[in-house]
Amino acid sequence: MTARVFVPCDALSVALGADEVAARLVAETAARSLDVTVVRNGSRGLFWLEPMIEVDVGGMRHAYGPVEADDIPSLIDAGLLDAGAHRTNLGPTDQIPELERQTRLTFARVGVIDPRSLDDYLAHGGFDGLRRALAMSPSDVVDEVEASGLRGRGGAAFPTGIKWRTVLGAPASPKYVVANADEGDSGTFADRMVMEGDPFCLIEAMAIAAHAVGATHGVIYCRSEYPHSIATLEHCIGVARQYGWLGTSIAGSVLEFDIEVRVGAGAYICGEETSMLESIEGRRGMVRPKPPLPALEGLYGKPTVVNNIITLASVPWILAHGGAAYSGHGVGRSAGTLPVQLAGNIRRGGLVEVPFGITVRELIEDFGGGTASGRPARAVQIGGPLGAYFHNDQLDTVLDYEAIAAAGGLLGHGGVVVFDDTVDMAVQARFAMEFCAVESCGKCTPCRVGSTRGVELIDKIVLGEQRSANIAQLEDLCEVLEHGSLCALGGLTPYPVRSALQHFPEDFGQRNQQDEHDAQENI
Amino acid sequence: MWSELRALRDGIDLGTPPRDGEPVTLSVDGIPVTVAAGSSVLLAAGIAGCTVPKLCASDTLEAFGSCRVCLVEIEGRRGYPASCTTPVDEGMQVRTTSDMLAKLRRGVIELYLSDFPEGDIDGGWSQLNTTLDQVGVHRLADDHPYRSGANHQGGVLDMSNPYFVFDQAKCIVCSRCVRACEEIQGTFALTIDGRGFGSTVVAGQNESFLESDCVSCGACVQACPSDALIEKSLFPGGYERADSSQA
Repeated sequence: MTARVFVPCDALSVALGADEVAARLVAETAARSLDVTVVRNGSRGLFWLEPMIEVDVGGMRHAYGPVEADDIPSLIDAGLLDAGAHRTNLGPTDQIPELERQTRLTFARVGVIDPRSLDDYLAHGGFDGLRRALAMSPSDVVDEVEASGLRGRGGAAFPTGIKWRTVLGAPASPKYVVANADEGDSGTFADRMVMEGDPFCLIEAMAIAAHAVGATHGVIYCRSEYPHSIATLEHCIGVARQYGWLGTSIAGSVLEFDIEVRVGAGAYICGEETSMLESIEGRRGMVRPKPPLPALEGLYGKPTVVNNIITLASVPWILAHGGAAYSGHGVGRSAGTLPVQLAGNIRRGGLVEVPFGITVRELIEDFGGGTASGRPARAVQIGGPLGAYFHNDQLDTVLDYEAIAAAGGLLGHGGVVVFDDTVDMAVQARFAMEFCAVESCGKCTPCRVGSTRGVELIDKIVLGEQRSANIAQLEDLCEVLEHGSLCALGGLTPYPVRSALQHFPEDFGQRNQQDEHDAQENI
Repeated sequence: MWSELRALRDGIDLGTPPRDGEPVTLSVDGIPVTVAAGSSVLLAAGIAGCTVPKLCASDTLEAFGSCRVCLVEIEGRRGYPASCTTPVDEGMQVRTTSDMLAKLRRGVIELYLSDFPEGDIDGGWSQLNTTLDQVGVHRLADDHPYRSGANHQGGVLDMSNPYFVFDQAKCIVCSRCVRACEEIQGTFALTIDGRGFGSTVVAGQNESFLESDCVSCGACVQACPSDALIEKSLFPGGYERADSSQA
């Protein structure tokens, strides 16, 4: 019987040498006349163990990692194909503690299957959700999504069912489904892992959305920095067309729907939904005012579902298992699971899918194992480059949309970036303003001019120039950015700036004597 | 004469184009006003006689939402929406003045002033001057923290067109010229190049106005609220860039 050995093919594993590992495995097993098939799977998301290879022994997967190409001969000598003992042996994959403690609904198949294999997808429950959806009326599908409590995972956390119902109710045609894969937040990679690890799930989700709202055409807008995702999606869309999962009469129904991949040109702002629509239409990526909502006047002015990849990838599970099963996970108004991305200065970085309700501390200590440097964690940025910095005394904050907001932050796309006690928070605050300045589309004045002024103010504060006047001006500027900006880029930049200033004032330079004098007089 | 003409125009420019929908009644600062559905809150405020400051809006162009000085408060809604891009709703209650609105508008105007030639403000008669009057800020204090920042005061001065000049030092990147070229003239000769603070108005493929597809129709000059685009005939001795000590 042919033994199957799995070597991840996603961008991160490849960057760590997975291609060399796979090639060596093929060469070495051929040289020894061993009957082995090397399967390229997605990453399990245990990044500190990548490249992590797995061998299937009697239906159970055993993991080894991190593995280098030069380890292959000794691995085979040690009996890799029978899960033999080796320095890199991690035991049964499902029993790796950081994996065992997760609740993988959206990521159930990621790392398990060969992402390019339709057979593998079907053998693991693929298209069950679409089959069930096609047996239901569009309105019932929307009801199921509403019942799940699913909220947009791109950052805005808007209830997905309500958005879909708006598009379903819009009279205009044609309608579109746009998947936002412009995953630009620093420290996030969940969208990429889905596209490279379970791409048919995204295709299935978009077909379900198409049936639910009456759309005929789908677009996946993927950032150009994800070449592996783009190649995988293009391949799988071709396969789906060939086997009748896209095109006309999908799965024998009347559903007609097709998908194309559009590639961004490197602008963070094109992850903002209206800029993305402008970009897809072939124009400069500039933010459109809302209203009109994209749900009513979106792509080419027609009703459009715009959803993040993780939002969409959660839908097939919801349709296959029911909305109630999904909403049974999580807490309060944060239903279901969140694929959290642990990054920055952390020992065990990677993807952790857990129900809402876990604390930030559990995430970074229990799953992440603390900092990579071994020094104490000082700050944690939650929700990408526009998210607030949390002080290490706030780590018991519960991970759900409302609790994070109550603590002055936002959950965003689920990125969690850890910093140890060597971080300079004034540098981080400056970075937030600089990020806004670099990525601003230039349409509205608070963001276009204000972000540059923000960088200048922080530079002066750090140098101790008229510190109190510059801090007061920075606070005023944050107010103008928050309330005056056209979109969330300018509107949310104050979050990292203010939180850094509030929780880490000691990093913002020494008060000079004149300031001390002014402060005295003000008393 | 020019100031009177400008005042006349500012007085009758309702900020966004008229619509022909069903009548909708709302209140602006407590004044009931009825306008066509699809109209902007800015237009309704104008008809109600409430002056909302604006820069990027003109009733000859579709609403754009870039300048952020026409912000208002709407009962039951969060935040401070731009009145130019917000359509009216039946029964809507709009407030065009409050301490917070005044503060936000001042904050936005200070950002504009931090990249505008100071010598061109006194005695100026552009729409920008009208807006400065309305918001009540005309210059940055000598010790204002925004002074001495990055700016475009040494930017392009394009005198190539026989009829008008483009002075980037006075450009507020509101895209009114770009939109006028597109929406009114249909020439598409102007665009915005770069992004963020580096966004600039350029003609053609970053050419001079004369070399570009510009047909010298003057729609951009007419649309410019800050006199960055201005007729050469107004400067018999030749155009000279103003003092830029503000920035």
